Amino acid sequence: MKKNWWKALAILILLYSIIGGLLIEVPRLAILNETIRALFFHVPMWFGMIFLLSVSVFYSIKYLSSNNLQHDVRAVEFANSGVVFGVLGILTGMVWAKFTWGDYWSNDPKQNGAAIGLLIYFAYFVLRNSLEDEQKKARISAVYNIFAFATLIPLLFILPRLTDSLHPGNGGNPGFNAYDLDNRLRLVFYPAVIGWTLMGVWFSSIRVRIRDLQNQMNETA
Amino acid sequence: MKNLLLICFLFLSLNGFAQQSASSMINEESAPKVEMADQFREDGKIYVLVAIMVTIFLGVTVYTVSIDKKVSRLEKDLKN
Repeated sequence: MKKNWWKALAILILLYSIIGGLLIEVPRLAILNETIRALFFHVPMWFGMIFLLSVSVFYSIKYLSSNNLQHDVRAVEFANSGVVFGVLGILTGMVWAKFTWGDYWSNDPKQNGAAIGLLIYFAYFVLRNSLEDEQKKARISAVYNIFAFATLIPLLFILPRLTDSLHPGNGGNPGFNAYDLDNRLRLVFYPAVIGWTLMGVWFSSIRVRIRDLQNQMNETA
Repeated sequence: MKNLLLICFLFLSLNGFAQQSASSMINEESAPKVEMADQFREDGKIYVLVAIMVTIFLGVTVYTVSIDKKVSRLEKDLKN
């Protein structure tokens, strides 16, 4: 338990965010109605994704200076769970959009940016699978990872703010802060972000351990 | 440290807003008139939702824990 306390913490925090997310009193807003509660699930997916992909690119950079394949393992597995969170973010966003914006896809700049960003990361995995030699695979994909992450920032945070957007906080819309009169939403939202991020780290850590085991077995075999 | 800074900046970015006072004024006026799931809540149906989501989440948790334990067992076996 000493090593795994953060996993139990993630579970507890997420239980709190699910139960609290459904039961707390929320601002009564037109168009959103009760779906404002999606804030506690959809947005933490993206925060989680950004954190996980940051860790991934961190390990990619570390690999480039160390040439230690263990860093590459971490880079790819954190990218893996980062992309899973991104896909879940897009799917949950589409469901939310259908009810509030009228369509699953409105060509909102942030929607498009997120889709493009994810496609770029899918290509990262395709790139890795196309290379045989371990070191070459690690080196080339590490460089690609850096470019992919660097592209994600303008796609998600800069471009949507420069033009008309449906998303809160972009394109001239007030951010969700404007709705959150007494910080009620923050009470569930911030823990949810932490909880889901920890879950993502847990998923990645399991995959990393499996990879390390496989490499260990291959070495001794 | 880099990630901590990134997360701090992301949280700080939540504070970026314009036109805040306008929308909060609108909010106060229409507060009682906006349709919410009040009847749903009065009927206690919201608790069905809570129960469903908690069940699904706990199921996924149990699954993840079992995978984690399996990997730990493999690690221990390989060390010996």
